[in-house]
Amino acid sequence: MIDREQVLHVARLARLRLSDEDVERMAGELSGVLAHVDRIGELDLDGVEPTTHVVSLENVLRPDEPRPSWPKEAMLDRAPDPADGAFRVPSPQADAQ
Amino acid sequence: MSELLELTVAQAARGIANGEIAPDEYFEAWRMAAATDDLNAYLWRAEDGVGAEGPLAGVPVAVKDIFCTEGMPTTAGSRILEAYVPPYTSTAVRHLREAGAGVLGKTNMDEFAMGSSNENSAYGPVLNPWDRGRVPGGSSGGSAAVVAGGLAPCAIGTDTGGSIRQPASLCGIVGMKPTYGAISRYGMIAFASSLDQCGPLTRDVTDAALLLGAMEGRDPCDSTSVGIEGGVELPSREGLEGVRFAVPAELAHDAIEPGVRTVFEETLKTIERLGGEISEVPLPHAEHGISAYYVIAPAEASSNLARYDGVRYGMRVEGGGDLIEMYESTRAEGFGDEVKRRIMLGTYALSSGYYEAYYGRAQKVRTKIAADFDAAFAQFDFVVTPTSPSVAFKLGEKTDDPLAMYMNDFFTVPMPLAGIPAISIPAGLATPEGGGPRLPVGFQIAAPAFAEQRLLDAAYALEQGIGFDAKPGGDD
Repeated sequence: MIDREQVLHVARLARLRLSDEDVERMAGELSGVLAHVDRIGELDLDGVEPTTHVVSLENVLRPDEPRPSWPKEAMLDRAPDPADGAFRVPSPQADAQ
Repeated sequence: MSELLELTVAQAARGIANGEIAPDEYFEAWRMAAATDDLNAYLWRAEDGVGAEGPLAGVPVAVKDIFCTEGMPTTAGSRILEAYVPPYTSTAVRHLREAGAGVLGKTNMDEFAMGSSNENSAYGPVLNPWDRGRVPGGSSGGSAAVVAGGLAPCAIGTDTGGSIRQPASLCGIVGMKPTYGAISRYGMIAFASSLDQCGPLTRDVTDAALLLGAMEGRDPCDSTSVGIEGGVELPSREGLEGVRFAVPAELAHDAIEPGVRTVFEETLKTIERLGGEISEVPLPHAEHGISAYYVIAPAEASSNLARYDGVRYGMRVEGGGDLIEMYESTRAEGFGDEVKRRIMLGTYALSSGYYEAYYGRAQKVRTKIAADFDAAFAQFDFVVTPTSPSVAFKLGEKTDDPLAMYMNDFFTVPMPLAGIPAISIPAGLATPEGGGPRLPVGFQIAAPAFAEQRLLDAAYALEQGIGFDAKPGGDD
């Protein structure tokens, strides 16, 4: 039901790199789960409101007062590659370097 | 020392309040016990950390490794957070600390709470103290195993589709998922935000009430938290006179292990002996709970887990190329198979062309499931089912078949989809299919939203009527 190309497409959307073996296995496993899930396709759900959340959500407001936020160091301390007070990452376009 | 370990948390807390037990002595006794962990149940253990004041003074709590704890490692069972130490503490743990409790250790779990066997942990599976060749359930498998195995007096976990109740059932202890919104989710690493809820895993119902009372409440840091109006009192109800219990009519056809069905039916008789009434009620959409859950939860997870990208915290694998390559390499090495499977499933269900067929329909099924419960609660006080279709299964038995693994959640997913509270209490022992020593069976009671006090009172009365006192390693 889900083929190799679809698995690769979804993996790209999800920023997951899969090995060839993963792709084959994932195609089979996802197809199996979706075959079960497809049973909800048989239910008559016309006019049923979708539930996004179980508690009635309303805006929760607080006074707009300035508060201190986390110290920069505490955040950068946990980063894999902090540099110059920022998070350093590889270039989005490695070829252009 | 060992007599201290025999006490329930409520008993110990009373002894501490009376001055009969020194809080630091109690905490230390449990620290020594926790150090003997041979179930792979702890990922980290505390050197100290007892609070001296409050209703839970000196009480050690084992905390699922999904709760952020300042200065203590927090991995969510994932390689991608292997060395992560959060800068802040989750509200649930903060409330326990403010009541005087201390963190005894962080417990092993299925990676990002995705699993029903604890076999998806990057740090190896937890063993079931009743039979080390079997799973403790999941995803809060470590929290269930430490309480059942005498390595902690109580624990907390999270339940998205059954992750507190199912391991509690498989380990022979009490596990409760409160109403969505009862306890703040702040600092609880997100899996599926519209379903995730924190709750206690304890030896008995009274201890569950004690922990729930300490943790519930509205929190400005989680705008979906509302707390439980009037708080939570320790249960004291005797008997079940006039209490109306409903069994789903569809249960007769559901796939349930024979031993589990026998214990379930015996428990219904116990309810009647205590004065309760048993009826049948149709819950026609509950059987579609697994389908709806395995669309909605992975969809939310695929979004929540986008944050693990190797930029701000956690693991990074450079990949030797551009930014996208770094993302993909980090996530390929950092996530385990089940997490990847769910991210893929969720991304697919949300992708263009499939959204309405999967996510849209699943949300409508969710409405139908909630409506079934509403109709049931218009006539009855509680809905009851077995917690799990089987007793603890063997390690490795279901790892090759994701769908078979997902079916473990059959009886536990409808409640979080409807947002309602449910508790699992040990009801007896049953021989597993294929033979072997008898293992615990959980009985699940579900109640309307925010009816926690009524639920705890009824569960307490039933607990007294059942009188479950079997222990792992005991000769039954």
